[in-house]
Amino acid sequence: MSTKRTVDVAIGTSGLDEQGRPRRAPLTVNEGGTVTTLEPPPALEDALELEGEHMLINLGPQHPATHGVLRLVLELDGETVVRCIPHIGYLHCGFEKIGEYRQYNQVIPWTDREDYLNSIGNNVAFALGAERLFGIEITPRCTVLRLIAMELSRIISHLVWLGTTCIDIGAFTPFLWAFEQRERVYELLERWVGARLTTSATRVGGMAADIPAGWMDQLQHFIKTFPKTVDEIDRVLTTNGIWVGRTVGLGVMSADEAVNYGLSGPMLRASGVAFDVRRDFPYLDYETYDFEVPVGTHGDVYDRYLVRMEELRQSTRILAQAAARLPDGPVDSDDHRVVLPPKSKAMSDMESMIHHFKQVMEGPRPPLGESYVAVESPKGEKGYYMVSDGTAKPVRWRIRPPSFVNLSAIGKMVEGHLLSDVIAINASIDIVMGEIDR
Amino acid sequence: MSASFSVVIPGSAAPDAPAPATPRHLPNRGGAVNPSADALRARFQGGILRVEVIWGETSVYVERLRLGEIVQWLHDDPSERYDYLSDVTAVEYRDPEQPIEVVWHLRSLPYRRFLRLKVELARDGKTPLEVPTVWSIYKGADWLERECYDMFGIRFVGHPDLRRILMWEQYREGFPLRKDFPLRGRFSRAEQLRQALAANPEARYSMEELTVAQAFEDLPEAMRKRLKGGERTGE
Repeated sequence: MSTKRTVDVAIGTSGLDEQGRPRRAPLTVNEGGTVTTLEPPPALEDALELEGEHMLINLGPQHPATHGVLRLVLELDGETVVRCIPHIGYLHCGFEKIGEYRQYNQVIPWTDREDYLNSIGNNVAFALGAERLFGIEITPRCTVLRLIAMELSRIISHLVWLGTTCIDIGAFTPFLWAFEQRERVYELLERWVGARLTTSATRVGGMAADIPAGWMDQLQHFIKTFPKTVDEIDRVLTTNGIWVGRTVGLGVMSADEAVNYGLSGPMLRASGVAFDVRRDFPYLDYETYDFEVPVGTHGDVYDRYLVRMEELRQSTRILAQAAARLPDGPVDSDDHRVVLPPKSKAMSDMESMIHHFKQVMEGPRPPLGESYVAVESPKGEKGYYMVSDGTAKPVRWRIRPPSFVNLSAIGKMVEGHLLSDVIAINASIDIVMGEIDR
Repeated sequence: MSASFSVVIPGSAAPDAPAPATPRHLPNRGGAVNPSADALRARFQGGILRVEVIWGETSVYVERLRLGEIVQWLHDDPSERYDYLSDVTAVEYRDPEQPIEVVWHLRSLPYRRFLRLKVELARDGKTPLEVPTVWSIYKGADWLERECYDMFGIRFVGHPDLRRILMWEQYREGFPLRKDFPLRGRFSRAEQLRQALAANPEARYSMEELTVAQAFEDLPEAMRKRLKGGERTGE
């Protein structure tokens, strides 16, 4: 196991200290571009130990860098965080409770609104869970379309993460570049399902709509041109002294800790654990696609950044393969329990009209049972656990929120770091409060 | 300038683990059982009440008080290695006679297995809504168990900090995901709004935070007075 960083840490900082944190010592650039670092100033030997002078501060709930309404109560010793107590729940909407009063298809709009950066991915995940509960097999075209939706949504979410993290850490330009590309994905989604943020794109057994004519050409164009932006951001950030200095060595989670704390997604992989739901518990035929699961070595903020950057490239790769293999055929399954009869028949044929009426008013009923379907959302393992008692509404609809579990480790991650690093560490978790509070 | 990754895989699938594939045509009941279920039966006998396979997912119903040792064994045994806790939640059925179920979703990353553990809490008025915590085995259970307590009122015995998490600490209406809790809450909209505004949670520090930081004396005079008057109260 190699522990050498992919980027030489000496760029920007004078190396790591014994705890693995970057030294913040001044740099001088010599002629010819070599960089020498000055030794950090020695610690004052007779520094006064100010006991009992700890300070409590509230970070949030209204703070631009907490990405929503997160409140962190920080106990500070000088500028160092001794302890962090997170408070959540400011955005609690009771999605799970509401879901118990809705038919399965009526729950789909609620899935848009929990992790709103990944709305179409949530739609797909919910539909997969409901279909397992109904025992429905989806069509090959629907499988590929949903996979395209999931990867597009991963790109959106990672771009927002990248942009906002840049803002938090103090870089503004990559934010604009990232949001420009995100806008292009939203335009694709808008042409497909008619909405940008709250897509509600799936139905149990199929999709709300097939892609319009010419959509694949636009997707191909996006796939071709998008990696250029990733490379540009890569060039601006990856070896940038300020970026490296503000991310390396922060919020370290070892592989064992990361697994024990239940972290998932890029947070887990940055710690060196190659667990990806797409590969280890595949859905939507992910096992037939050729992609790599990027893994970090140090589990710090910088590695999380590297992992997400690589995932952007891998998502583009998957999209290209999916676009190449998109089969013709129907999008919706032909399972009469869930799929509505065509409008023309419902308007002219008595049985179809009755069927349509019963479907809409009473809703489809799954058999007794339960299902837990997990997908790899951009934040990690997103699971939908549904329990049916044979009625048209779920007895229990549980969201397993990845950023909720990831955030629960923040107390451990920020301990011993500076107050300004709390912002970087918090940003690296990629939290969406809509999903955490639900 | 793509960064190269050196792939270290301490926790992920063993090389001889079978290649996974997208599950298809799962039967409603029956089908392939997770091999861990048989191992659990052989090891714990009476502690395992029954095993069900629904849509290809194995659910093991275990005895309430033996849950801790069962999960510990699943976590530690070299042939099981359930090192990842996906979720902790509970299910209450619409039929008030049916027991409340507490559900744990476990994953074994090395063997790529998925297992659901369940404990049934009978509604006979004698069984307390209590299960052992798995926090000492999985640190990730901390918030998951707190949420389950917050939403269902199920106490996780041994959890170090079982407080409400999504609702505020002074919340008095009950446990929102219970079936006897009305969708719109117990009180009128106006009363709920009044209570929510009066709660003003940002103005408070919990007792725990104050003792940790020894910062009570540094608080403003007015706030100290309020807190001393018991206004902070969680429980």
